[in-house]
Amino acid sequence: MHVLETKDLTLAYGDQIIIDHLNITIPYGEITVLIGSNGCGKSTLLRSMARLLKPQSGAILLDGETMMKLPTKDIAKKLAILPQGPVSPEGLTVLQLVKQGRYPYQKWYQQWSSKDEEIVQNALQSTGMAELSERLVDSLSGGQRQRAWIAMTLAQDTNTILLDEPTTYLDLTHQIEVLDLLFELNEKEKRTIVMVLHDLNLACRYAHHIIAVKDKTVFAHGKPEDIVNRKLVQNVFNLDCEVVADPVFGTPMCVPYGKGRNLNGVKDNIVPVHA
Amino acid sequence: MQLHNRNRKIAGLVLGFVLLLIVNFLSLVLGYTDLTINTVIDAFNHFDGSNEHIIIQDVRLPRALIGTVVGASLAIAGALLQALTRNPLASPDILGFNAGASFFIVIALMLFSITSLQATTWIAFLGATIAGLLVYFLGSIGRDGMTPIKMTLSGAAIAALFGSLTQGLLVMDESALDQVLFWMSGSVQGRKLEILLSVLPYIVIGIIIALAMANKINILTMGDDVAKGLGQRTGFVKLTAGIAVILLAGGSVAIAGPIGFIGIVVPHVVRTFIGNDYRWIIPYCGILGGIFLVIADIGARYVLMPEEVPVGIMTALVGIPFFIYIARKGGKLA
Repeated sequence: MHVLETKDLTLAYGDQIIIDHLNITIPYGEITVLIGSNGCGKSTLLRSMARLLKPQSGAILLDGETMMKLPTKDIAKKLAILPQGPVSPEGLTVLQLVKQGRYPYQKWYQQWSSKDEEIVQNALQSTGMAELSERLVDSLSGGQRQRAWIAMTLAQDTNTILLDEPTTYLDLTHQIEVLDLLFELNEKEKRTIVMVLHDLNLACRYAHHIIAVKDKTVFAHGKPEDIVNRKLVQNVFNLDCEVVADPVFGTPMCVPYGKGRNLNGVKDNIVPVHA
Repeated sequence: MQLHNRNRKIAGLVLGFVLLLIVNFLSLVLGYTDLTINTVIDAFNHFDGSNEHIIIQDVRLPRALIGTVVGASLAIAGALLQALTRNPLASPDILGFNAGASFFIVIALMLFSITSLQATTWIAFLGATIAGLLVYFLGSIGRDGMTPIKMTLSGAAIAALFGSLTQGLLVMDESALDQVLFWMSGSVQGRKLEILLSVLPYIVIGIIIALAMANKINILTMGDDVAKGLGQRTGFVKLTAGIAVILLAGGSVAIAGPIGFIGIVVPHVVRTFIGNDYRWIIPYCGILGGIFLVIADIGARYVLMPEEVPVGIMTALVGIPFFIYIARKGGKLA
């Protein structure tokens, strides 16, 4: 079962084609991570899947229906998007922020129901933000702030959540904090999660499915352990590396070649022949 | 000092309304011709045709009411613009709306001798729209799109352009000085009640739109992408709110000329009291804007007694330090 798929999708900014005639499907109930080098169009692809960018041609299908033909509020009940580096208005509390996630369900005659309240409380609980709900969003740490925004997307009560680089600007601790949360949401609540990540090793650890974007199309997609290898990294990132199994998790781990200190003394491997 | 609880916010609104009534009443009493409270009451209950009663009914009453309506409109227009552009320095005067409306009125007045109230009002809307569009396009040129600083700069440029064009027209025809002067600084004095009444319907529509859009504007202030993701048709919201701004700013100029700084000062003061919820910001701006302009107008009678200064100069005296303060804060919404 697929909730999201692209059909002959072409994306462009003006004359510049970013994604060219792409057909992919996002697996239901799994974590999918888009990877690729800077400017390869992975964020653009994600944004278009959240209807933030109109396709130049082709279509994105949500539950089999062309997205651009669906009422945008109906989409907001099935799919949530957390854009990159969202900025909350000053003076907003966590609770106020999370409540905004109920916007697609509000009608002019009914602003707030007990169901809204319940879903907001659940979103605060499952992101661990319940105790911080009265705090100002500005006063939170980077990781907490990102969790507050994720809670807002949870309040949208959608099966699918898209996130554009949810770990950018976060230190390692907070990156793990955010990714653990997303992993749990997928495990416990079976939410389909699609995100853009920069860190290939974290992508391999948390993703069930990886989509590698290169040259306006998808270079490869599949389970990280099936597709992430030396060749893929060379092609997608133009980087020579060794891919080994993560000693703790067993997922693919990329060790880039390059300069730097080498305590093993294997001088031959330091700077291999580039393509 | 923020009012968090809903009841307190309502209480604050009621208190503000009472204050608005009080300053309106003071505006009837205070001035070059000092009047007593009893005279004011008599002027409405037992009008006797005396000078004092005429002053109250024909001069001071229109002046107080115009101050209230124009102050409210400009403050609400400023709050809307700040939300739409995500720019804390935005307001109808700084983004050139007022200067544009003024210039078009002066053109109509001097070159086409248009003086009818309805025509003047629509010309003001046209001028505000053109100025707004110009600033929008100028401020959006370049790679990084519309930034607060570019928008403020292009607003200042457009305001200066229309201001100097208005002055330029004066050179062509000095006899129009009296008329044109009014459209250069703005004043609530010497305007008849019928002017207010003819523009009031548009302003009321603008205020109703602003109140109805308040919750949608809350969503919009979280950024375009977030708002779209939540299922908002952001283009529609911006267009509708933009129409409200034009009705409010253009309408204000049609009544009182270009009065500055209310649109920037009042929304910021309001935010420090009640936070960032536009469902409260809009009504509070309405009431506080009215109070602010009526007080400024009372002040304008005393600064150079027996002469009066245009109220636009009074609001600038308060507004400029404030503007600098907000700019120094680094462009964050208070």
